[in-house]
Amino acid sequence: MGQKEETTRHEDHLDGSSWGRRDFMKVCTMAAAAMGLPSWAAEKMAETAAGPKKPSVVWLHFQECTGCTESLLRTSHPDVANLILDLISLDYCETLFAAAGYQAEDVLKDIMAKNAGKYVLIVEGAIPTKDNGIFCKIAGKTAVDMVNEVADKAGAIIAIGSCASWGGIPSADPNPTGAQGAPQVLKGKTVVTLPGCPANPYNLLGVVLQYATFGSLPALDDKARPLFAYTRVIHEDCPRRPHFDAGRFVGKFGDEGHKLGYCLYKTGCKGPVTHANCSLLPFGEVPGAWPIGIGHPCVGCTEQAVGFRIPISTTVEISHATPPDTYAPMHAEHSNIGPVAAGVAGLVGGALIGAGLMASKKLGEGAKEKEE
Amino acid sequence: MSTHTKPQPLGGPLWTPAFKVLAAIVGVSVLLMIWRFIAGLGATTGLSDGYPWGIWIAFDVVTGTALGCGGYAMAFLVYIFNKGDYHPLMRPAVLTSALGYTMAALAINIDVGRTPYIYKIPVFPAWWNLNSVLLEVALCVMAYVAILWLELSPAFFETWEQAGSHPALKKLAGVLHPIVKKLMIPILAVGVLLPTMHQTSLGALMLLAGQKVHGLWQTPFAPLLFLISCVAMGYGVVAMESTLATSVFKRPRETRLLARMAVVPAWLVVVYLILRLGDIVLRGRMGLAFHANIQAFMFWVEMVLFIGGAAMLFSPKFKDTAKGQFQASMAVVLAGAVYRMDTYLVAYNPGKNWAYFPAVPELLITVGVVALEIMAYLYIVKRYPILGGVAAAPNVRGAE
Amino acid sequence: MTVDRRTLLKGMAAAGAAAALGSAMEPATEARERRVPPPDAMGMLYDATLCIGCKTCMVACQDANGLPRDTRSSDGLYDAPDDLNAKCKNIIKLFKDGDRTSFMKAQCMHCVDPACINACMMGSLKKREHGIVTWEGERCTGCRYCGIACPYGVPKYEWEKAWPRVIKCEMCSDRIAKGQQPACCEVCPRKAVIYGKYTDLLAEAQGRLAAAPGKYEPKVFGATDGGGTQVLYLSKAGISFQDLGLPDLGETPVPDMQQTIQHSLYQGFVAPVALFAVFGAVIWRNRKASGGDGEVKP
Repeated sequence: MGQKEETTRHEDHLDGSSWGRRDFMKVCTMAAAAMGLPSWAAEKMAETAAGPKKPSVVWLHFQECTGCTESLLRTSHPDVANLILDLISLDYCETLFAAAGYQAEDVLKDIMAKNAGKYVLIVEGAIPTKDNGIFCKIAGKTAVDMVNEVADKAGAIIAIGSCASWGGIPSADPNPTGAQGAPQVLKGKTVVTLPGCPANPYNLLGVVLQYATFGSLPALDDKARPLFAYTRVIHEDCPRRPHFDAGRFVGKFGDEGHKLGYCLYKTGCKGPVTHANCSLLPFGEVPGAWPIGIGHPCVGCTEQAVGFRIPISTTVEISHATPPDTYAPMHAEHSNIGPVAAGVAGLVGGALIGAGLMASKKLGEGAKEKEE
Repeated sequence: MSTHTKPQPLGGPLWTPAFKVLAAIVGVSVLLMIWRFIAGLGATTGLSDGYPWGIWIAFDVVTGTALGCGGYAMAFLVYIFNKGDYHPLMRPAVLTSALGYTMAALAINIDVGRTPYIYKIPVFPAWWNLNSVLLEVALCVMAYVAILWLELSPAFFETWEQAGSHPALKKLAGVLHPIVKKLMIPILAVGVLLPTMHQTSLGALMLLAGQKVHGLWQTPFAPLLFLISCVAMGYGVVAMESTLATSVFKRPRETRLLARMAVVPAWLVVVYLILRLGDIVLRGRMGLAFHANIQAFMFWVEMVLFIGGAAMLFSPKFKDTAKGQFQASMAVVLAGAVYRMDTYLVAYNPGKNWAYFPAVPELLITVGVVALEIMAYLYIVKRYPILGGVAAAPNVRGAE
Repeated sequence: MTVDRRTLLKGMAAAGAAAALGSAMEPATEARERRVPPPDAMGMLYDATLCIGCKTCMVACQDANGLPRDTRSSDGLYDAPDDLNAKCKNIIKLFKDGDRTSFMKAQCMHCVDPACINACMMGSLKKREHGIVTWEGERCTGCRYCGIACPYGVPKYEWEKAWPRVIKCEMCSDRIAKGQQPACCEVCPRKAVIYGKYTDLLAEAQGRLAAAPGKYEPKVFGATDGGGTQVLYLSKAGISFQDLGLPDLGETPVPDMQQTIQHSLYQGFVAPVALFAVFGAVIWRNRKASGGDGEVKP
């Protein structure tokens, strides 16, 4: 039965016929679930996505590795074709464009004119600001000018990945190009940030579909990150957390603890300070396909203060410590006495006794003198 | 008797080598006190939730005030039992008491965690918890410090009234001296009453700790035992101070006077021992004294010191020589001190796995407080009429 | 005791009266009136047979009271207090002796007749509404006599601070004032610790004992211990309350011995005033007889 279904769907594609309602539902349910939205929202999203008016998306690339795009394209559900053709209307994207040169530029101009105030701008990559931004130019325009121009007429702006959110790797010391994130360049505008290296595609889809369906953006934190994905730190939802609570740690890579899947805190895991939902929403729907899942400590890629700044092997502070998996004894050991103090006390005591003896000896001598 | 001459300042140089050493100790101690107020008690003491009280309470306050009971003990003898012969010992006794109590008050200020709120104790009577024995101790000690300095104040007024002193001091003495003179009888009466009250209460304090205090020390008789032993210690301290001062400052001895007085602390120790041992035996706790632990050991140390001290005080061989008096008195004073330290520290057991030992800064602050007391003593006896008899010999040594 | 308190105190009073006191100090040696919980007394009941050691109550207590995390023993890794302390008002401990194991929730017992409030100089620690013992910073000098007095070792001190506070369970009195339960009782997933009227809880505890006598130690700790506590404990059969770190106090309230003596000596402040009058008169007579002017003089 399942096999038949697979075949049917594959045939549908071959026929060029569009995606079925079931498929839309599946993707939208995942996106909605990731955001903590109820099932009726998923249904509405699916309707929107399946309808004739799909969300129009402009995707700009600046200083980046295209990893965010790559990870988006590697989701098996939806696959690339469904995503760009059926789920959203990806109208401008330098990576996926068939068009090139003037043709591509015309498309962008066209969208900006037709869909002004309605299209979604997705920024990927950091924006160089040093020396008037000459380090990144597309069609003769600097990244700063381009992003400002497109953002002016966008309905919503999303920065995907750490580069676009706060600068990412291009902004790492010594930051030769003066790379900045989109929120720093687009001052005064609401830029939803989805930091991560790469960002989880479902977090992006969720935001885009919510905007397209309800015309609103999800609730954001003080760094404009959607709360549904960035409220808690990795440490709180980590699958290896029981090992932490029980005090079972990997000492070094390849040791027994590492083989047994113990907690990676001591190898420098940044989970306790990194806000992201990696452990809850697997990349590309492959369970365990994230650093901690494959035995590598979290590097804190979403956090400007951590990722690409604090060495991977450096451990971080635990800001909200919780009880361990052990118990206090009935009578805890509280007795510790400093040897120096004991020495000083002995000295003082000895001096007093000595002084007393000396004094009484002197008194005896004095008495004798007197008798004489 | 030559000792009946009017007391005079000893005179002589103040900044002797010994005085400088004391000043250096006090200097270190003051720095540590400042650190204690910046860093808190945890960083500077060995105190813990198990042992919230350490040597600052057990030694500086509880033992320190008992050592300062010389004035109290002598006042009993001189004013209540009207033994005027002992008058020459009165002023030095009151001075050591005033210094002992002042230093105890200083120690409380260092020990208490929220020192600035101490002012609230006398200022807000509406808040007083009349069930609190510690409140009684606090109020009594505060009042008694004032009373002791008032008792001693004529020594200062006499000096200030003389020609050549600062006009302001002269004026002050002119105003206050007659007032203090008029009030002296109630002052003296309060001065005997207050120590009776709070030395009893110092014994009552640890009653509240109940089972946490070892059976050899926890008894309803503790208040009375503290009272009796503090008076005995008072006489002991007076005798020690007198023998030391006469020896150090090369002055006529008061050996005969002290020998006559020696029976008083001796009998007090006897009464103390009867009560202490009688209570322990009658309540079937004597067995505790034969366990192999520090408490039993310290109990016997106390017993040896008390019994030995009393025996020496009774023995003519000891009590008739300055050396013997000094040693006998030291034994009694030490016995009372160990009894107090034991009650507050050795006998106190807050439960398994707690231990206390004073930290280095804690010890040094206590040493500094004692050094300050000795400095103040030296300063006052050299500048004000405290010690009776002959003026200072030309080669006065400033050592203790 | 082979000598009863009356005899002892009489003997003590007689000796203490010294020479001058006479009959003024004859103490009323009647034992203090036995305290009872106030009519609005609220309390807790901890049933060790129900506790699974999940420590949810510890986390809830930390949060409700805004307490810092105690990470000293774990290099910052865990909130792992090893005992009640200035950062921990409520702790689940583990008793383990071979096969005999039990959890224990240590916290303030909110005694019916607390030693700590008898110690406290200016009433910083007091039994306030519902008989809950709370601490008031304005009145605390930081003397720590409460710590000496408490038989359960509950009042803890902020040793690391220059302006320390006394930290102890105050039964979430602020939450109770808002109509809520103490945080630990609210979150307990097994109802191992419950909050309620003291009388109801005592009845409940006795009911549990009666219903399953073999399951429990045959005693409700706190019903009478040390004069009674508003926090009550039930323990597993075979695990004594001393195993759980609670002292064997008997039924006498801890403050009784001290308070009886002190109140006898100071009843109505008669003795000190009489003593003062006697001292004053004797000194005056002696002075007059010797022709002195009442000054300390050689």
